[in-house]
Formats: sequence, structure tokens, C-alpha cells
Amino acid sequence: MMELDEKDRAIISALQQDGGLNAGAVGKAVGMTQPAAWRRIKRLEEGGVVLGRRVRLNKAALGFDVVVYLGVKLAAKGRVSLEDFERAVCAIPEVQLVQHVLGIYDYRLKVVAQDLSDFERILRRRIMTLPGVGDVESNVMLSEVR
Amino acid sequence: MHVDGIDRRLLRHLQEDGGLTMAELAARTGLSSGACWRRVEKLEATGVIEGREVVIDHRAMGYAVEVFLRITLDKTQGNAFDSFIAAARDIPEVGGIQTLLGRVDIRMDVRARDLGHYQEIYKERILALPHISDVEALMLISEVKNTEVLPI
Repeated sequence: MMELDEKDRAIISALQQDGGLNAGAVGKAVGMTQPAAWRRIKRLEEGGVVLGRRVRLNKAALGFDVVVYLGVKLAAKGRVSLEDFERAVCAIPEVQLVQHVLGIYDYRLKVVAQDLSDFERILRRRIMTLPGVGDVESNVMLSEVR
Repeated sequence: MHVDGIDRRLLRHLQEDGGLTMAELAARTGLSSGACWRRVEKLEATGVIEGREVVIDHRAMGYAVEVFLRITLDKTQGNAFDSFIAAARDIPEVGGIQTLLGRVDIRMDVRARDLGHYQEIYKERILALPHISDVEALMLISEVKNTEVLPI
């Protein structure tokens, strides 16, 4: 694991607040020159701490009004391999997040949909037909607080 | 704002690689770089592109344990949601907090250095939060897919 000092952590937190900052702006935010900040950012990227940058789009503006978190339990463990389930669930474009977890569910999913009837379609045709799927619990997101 | 087919094409490329320069984006979409720049500018100004974010590997930062808590609140208390959320936001190890409609009311992510650290946060900070009636925990084993890409 990469050793991180106070300055590295300050850089990461500046970038977490605004991922669009360039090295000059990051340097300014943490009290460093542009080249020094650039070298540290580069090191964080090469060391695998900063994995990349992505755009954050407004879901509603693009017609996605519904986000649902699903808890999925596999029905026949052993008979269907986890890999089959994972491969199939990752191929669903509306599924943004697939996490293998320990607890009352086996997997946690985050699904985006245009509206509730679109979600119903995804749930019935794509999720409920996944290999090995058992119990599914849906929680519709009302708001994101943090 | 109205997002047309060309905007969607731009956004699809930007979603795949948020680090694309305007020239690269123009080349991939077949637009002139001027047209490309104007469209991206407009998508940003109207808030379709909200911003850019970095993807951080929390394990590489020394946070080996990630737990998702699913919390049911005691809704007989009128201000249960507000006071719970206000207090939860003060815990630095709490990442995302979402309110839900379903079997549980709140879900939130907790990151800790190790299990001992998690237990300390759980006992001293989480269980001290107001109006909790039930807590369920799911511990992350592995992340199989994590993308913000929208099927546009």
C-alpha cells in the first residue's frame, strides 16, 4: 500500500470536492506550487489511489427519474456459480453498481430507470430472470443527503 | 434544456472517459472541435453535466473495511429523519447517506481502517445516533461493477 502524508490527503480531499480541478487549482487549494501538486497527483494516479476521473451527469435532465437499491439473495447457491450471476447482472446497462456482500443479502445492486414502470420492466425482464436469483428487495431512493 | 442525439453521443463518449480532451472528443464524435466545445459548454451551463469527480480507491487509502448500514427509524418521533441525518453527517467515516422508500428508511456507507476501527465507530458513533429502531449491516466483500454510466 502506498504511504500517504497529510499533503496527499489534502489533495485527495480537494479533488473529491471538485474533480475538475487542474494541478494549478489543486496546488492553490492546498498551498503548493503547480508543479509540486502535479507530481503528487501523478504519483497518486500511478499508485492506484486516484483511479480516474469521470463526468457526473444530471440523471433527471437525461430522463432517469428513479434510482432503486436492490438486495438480492441467490436461491440455489452452488448450483449456479457466482460468476454466472455476476456476468449476467453486470451486462444489464441500467445496473450501475454490483457489490458482493456479507449479511442478509448476497448482492447489492443500484439500478437507474426512467420511471417506475421502466423499473418494473427491468426488474421483471432482466433482474428476476438472472441465473440463480432468489429473494429480491427493492428500496426506491427518495433523496441523496451526502 | 433539450438534449438531442448529438448531445447524447457526446455524453456517451464522455461517460466512457471523463479525461478526454476537446480535440479527442471531437475526433471520436466526428464534430469540429469548435462545435464540440460549444455543446459541452452548454451542457455544463445548463447543468446536464454537473461536474467531474475523481474515483478514489479507498482500500488503497488504508480503509480496508466498508459496511453498508440499513437503518429503520422510529417514525413516531416527528423529526426523526432530520435529526438523524444531521447527526449522521457529523461522522467523518460515513460516506453516502440516502433516504429510501421501502423496507428500510436510510442507507449509509461506513468506511473503517479495520474491523476494530469499525466496531469502535459502530459502538460509539452509529448506535449513539437518535431515533434508530433497527440496524442491519452488509459488509462489502468485493465490488463487481461500479459505474456512473447512464444508458443514454
